[in-house]
Amino acid sequence: MSDLTSLETEILSAVDAAADEASLEAVRVAALGKKGSVSDLLKTLGAMSPDERRTRGAAINETKDRVAAAIQARRDVLKRAALEARLARETLDVTLPVRPGPLAEGRIHPISQVIDEITAIFADMGFAVAEGPDIETDHYNFTALNFPADHPAREMHDTFFFNPGEDGSRLLLRTHTSPVQIRTMESQRPPIRVIIPGRTYRCDSDATHTPMFHQVEGLVIDRHSHFGHLKWVLEEFLKAFFEVESVKTRFRPSFFPFTEPSMEVDVGCRRSGSEIRIGEGDDWLEILGCGMVHPNVIRNCGLDPDEYQGFAWGMGIDRIAMLKYGMPDLRAFFDADVRWLKHYGFRPLDLPSLFGGLTG
Amino acid sequence: MKFTLSWLKDHLDTEASLDDVVEALTMIGLEVEAVTDPGAALKAFRIAKVLTADKHPNADKLRLLSVDAGLGEPVQVVCGAPNARAGLVGVFASPGTVIPSSGEALAVGTIRGVESRGMMCSERELLLSDEHTGIIELPEDAPVGVSFADYRGGSDPVIEIAITPNRPDCLGVRGIARDLAARGLGRLKPDPVEMIPGSFPNPIPVELRFTEETASACPVFAARVVKGVRNGPSPQWMQDRLKAIGLRPISALVDITNYVSYDRGRPLHVYDAAKITGTLHARLGREGESFVALDGRTYAVDAEACVIADDAGVLGFGGIMGGEASGSTEATTDVLIESAWFDPNRTARTGRRFGINSDARYRFERGVDPAFVLAGLELATRMVMDLCGGEPSEAIMAGQPPISVKVIDFPLSEVKRLSGLDLPATEITATLEALGFEVSGFGDARTVTVPSWRPDVEGKADLVEEVVRIVGLDRVKTTPLPRLQSVGAKVLTPIQIRTRRAKRTLAARGLVEAVTWSFVKKTEAELFGGGAPALALANPISADMSDMRPSLIPGLAAAVRRNVARGFDDVALFEVGQVFAGTRPEDQFTAATAVRRGTSGLVGAGRHWAGTAEAVGVYDAKADALALLDQLGFDVARAQVARGAPSWFHPGRSGTIQLGPQTVLGWFGELHPAVLDSLDVAGPIVAAEILLERIPLPKDKGSRTKPPLAASDLMPVVRDFAFVVDDGVEAARIVKAALGAAKPLVTDVSVFDVYRGEHVGAGRKSVAIAVTLTPTDRTLTEDDIEAVSKSVVAAVAKATGATLRG
Repeated sequence: MSDLTSLETEILSAVDAAADEASLEAVRVAALGKKGSVSDLLKTLGAMSPDERRTRGAAINETKDRVAAAIQARRDVLKRAALEARLARETLDVTLPVRPGPLAEGRIHPISQVIDEITAIFADMGFAVAEGPDIETDHYNFTALNFPADHPAREMHDTFFFNPGEDGSRLLLRTHTSPVQIRTMESQRPPIRVIIPGRTYRCDSDATHTPMFHQVEGLVIDRHSHFGHLKWVLEEFLKAFFEVESVKTRFRPSFFPFTEPSMEVDVGCRRSGSEIRIGEGDDWLEILGCGMVHPNVIRNCGLDPDEYQGFAWGMGIDRIAMLKYGMPDLRAFFDADVRWLKHYGFRPLDLPSLFGGLTG
Repeated sequence: MKFTLSWLKDHLDTEASLDDVVEALTMIGLEVEAVTDPGAALKAFRIAKVLTADKHPNADKLRLLSVDAGLGEPVQVVCGAPNARAGLVGVFASPGTVIPSSGEALAVGTIRGVESRGMMCSERELLLSDEHTGIIELPEDAPVGVSFADYRGGSDPVIEIAITPNRPDCLGVRGIARDLAARGLGRLKPDPVEMIPGSFPNPIPVELRFTEETASACPVFAARVVKGVRNGPSPQWMQDRLKAIGLRPISALVDITNYVSYDRGRPLHVYDAAKITGTLHARLGREGESFVALDGRTYAVDAEACVIADDAGVLGFGGIMGGEASGSTEATTDVLIESAWFDPNRTARTGRRFGINSDARYRFERGVDPAFVLAGLELATRMVMDLCGGEPSEAIMAGQPPISVKVIDFPLSEVKRLSGLDLPATEITATLEALGFEVSGFGDARTVTVPSWRPDVEGKADLVEEVVRIVGLDRVKTTPLPRLQSVGAKVLTPIQIRTRRAKRTLAARGLVEAVTWSFVKKTEAELFGGGAPALALANPISADMSDMRPSLIPGLAAAVRRNVARGFDDVALFEVGQVFAGTRPEDQFTAATAVRRGTSGLVGAGRHWAGTAEAVGVYDAKADALALLDQLGFDVARAQVARGAPSWFHPGRSGTIQLGPQTVLGWFGELHPAVLDSLDVAGPIVAAEILLERIPLPKDKGSRTKPPLAASDLMPVVRDFAFVVDDGVEAARIVKAALGAAKPLVTDVSVFDVYRGEHVGAGRKSVAIAVTLTPTDRTLTEDDIEAVSKSVVAAVAKATGATLRG
């Protein structure tokens, strides 16, 4: 039987010697292929006696199995080596920089973001968003809001005017968002709950004033809402907006022609350096004006002030944005310096919500 | 409005501390803006006596003083004042003391070789006056060693409060004291005004010369002459108070008018009676008249202004500013005191027209107490007699004070209705009475009479304010606003939703949001189709911000220019905001505008190892425009893209997105090179602008259910075609023809190659399209596909004259 043993030894050493899958396949064909050396031996079985065939056949088949197993093992080794060589060949420098893509480049302006934050908070309290034109009439901007003609309160508004029309009337750029109070009360019946964000204009420009700025106004008109409700709404808003557990407020009597009683509101804060922390400390910071809607304003909108009542407030969007996010200079809001916008702006998908948090 | 604490205490009997007063003022609506104590700066200065005054060994004009400042040892001081002499008692500053005029601490100095351990001060060095010719000389018995601040009468803090336009009564110290007394900070001192009998008839007649229509300009004019006065400087206490509140003492007569103005909110005027010709009268001005006012300027009056005149002409503006010629001087011996009442609106208009701001105008335009006309005259007369001597005439009065008694029906329940604060009736009425209101009636229904000095109080809400501001707004309990529904409903309108989506979409495309001014330069407005006279501001803050913007592009282009100037060449900015086609509300639109410059395309700008970005072009702008429409819920397949856009775009590299010629949604393209030149910004700049209101609202189908997905189980088949057409043929026509060639089998057509060159000939191009066929009921056979291909070729050929590329 030494011929079979030596054949097997010869084949197995050829398997070991195969350097790649192609030469291994050649070895396989030479041994186990149709005309291979092992296959040829199996063909000799037909001429043997049954006893001889049994023993000889078993021996050849064992050799065949061992050869096949060796080939399979060698093939696995070669395959793994080939893969490793390929992987080594394909290695890239992963430290090369990639482009960040548009989502990383784009920004939302802080004013838009803060308007979205304000909207999220007030929507939860049942407030809709009302808007109105920037170019207004004297009637909506002043008269209907109970500013008497020639009253000093008008002069304090530093109004931008257009040239008089043929009838002598002058249009103007709204000096506050309050005209939309009138437009809202004229177009819908109480109960009314709206906030009114928008651009406002005053002929004023210095370190802390820009000729264009943003205000948000609030208006509630129904049969029951009083100053205690106003206090609650503003305190809840301030807590939610500044994302603090509690705020201290101080309501000081003041004067606005369109509210009576009128108040200015200070919020408790702590100043450290240039930073102002709302909700801490013992300092006060004036933050908004408010009051009960003046009976004349309610009347000017065709409602009976003995039947309907409500409150309104207004504050600077730019200003509360500066307070919350620490921008030092109002003028930079409108300069469109991409460095400022990238630094203070918000990412496109930073959509404020109450369920996910205003600032995530 | 400024006053000092001691001045307040003339009217308010109180033990309250300065801090309590300040806190109370703010909490009742008289917001304290500043508290300053000029005396505090003088605390460290001591009264000192010059013991000896010898010649300085090395300087003729300097003296070597030995000063007793009560410090035990005499101090050596070098002094250059001409009045420095032995025996003089003055004010001494020791080293380390901060000198008010310089704001710096005094150091030990060596002057011409001699040490000086302090300084004898002049009034100017202490900011007491401009006097600097010599050092302060105090009476010889002034106590040496005592603090100069204490010697001068202790400190008298100056309180500055912001007075809202509705509170003219608090433009006098007495009104402020009344508010504080109502708050419980003390007692308002009784202050009856003494009636002064005249000893002779008033020698100068006084008249009101108005028509019935114009009589409101000055309904009352009271006056009297005091003869034989001596008009020197006013006494020190009055000068101190006036200086403390920032007024310059002038002479006793003038100082008295200023003092009464601040003490009682009652403006007065004094004339030199000798300079009045004939009848003193109030009337409207006449064109051609003019006068020189106390500010030294000449004013040509007009027929709207209320003036005071005599028979020789106009003397001054009533209630605003008197004239120089008729004013009192040091030489005045007979003075005429005027106490009148001028219409607030006319006073405001006149003051504004002539640009005069005066304490008198400030008070009259807000409303001076009409019931205090005569009392003011009596008060001033008393002070003139006390300070300047003289003999008063009888007082005369032309017209009548315009006193209208306002009575308000005031159910006490109004306080709770508007403020939520439940107060006992007695507290409400006591508060109102303390402020000078008279309350009558019983139970809930009360009647309130408004005092003459409160023109602002007109109705119930005003009374509620008076009550709650005095009892304290902090007493109102915070009350939750009831929810209107249990789950919040959608609150935004379609335009508001579009505005927000537009911003997030453009930011997600790598653009940075800018907020630019709503007004632009006139030339820029004109370049972008605006600049109409109706949209130009009458009083722009600068020529660069003169006209309402017709488009967001000029503002964004200017922003690009600024960024380029800072070294940032590849800028991608957007804005969503208002643009103005006219002045009516319906002419205001919301534009969403994207601007890209340099290489700032969607994938990123600038050079990169994996592929350097190309310069932006019309297709970048088109992509922004269509992405925007898509994200706003508009089916972009419905949009027509027409060649060309308004004049500010490059005519060959721009397009208009429209539903039809009448409904333009927006534009995109490269900005016109000439426009870039005018804007002084280097290109390339591309822009896309969509008007959000123009996008049709989707129909409300009443259901949120989407139609079922019709996805075929059969494999789609893609066939490519290359057509050769004239260069001017738009690709969209080929695509449209192919899409329509075999409906519904053809489901998509895309353009995958455009080629120009020698293979297709000059003036021609090859456009390669991939046509997707989606079978619905059975697999397509080669014959089916062949038939569809033929109809595609035929349709494209018919629509565009194309031939298949061989």
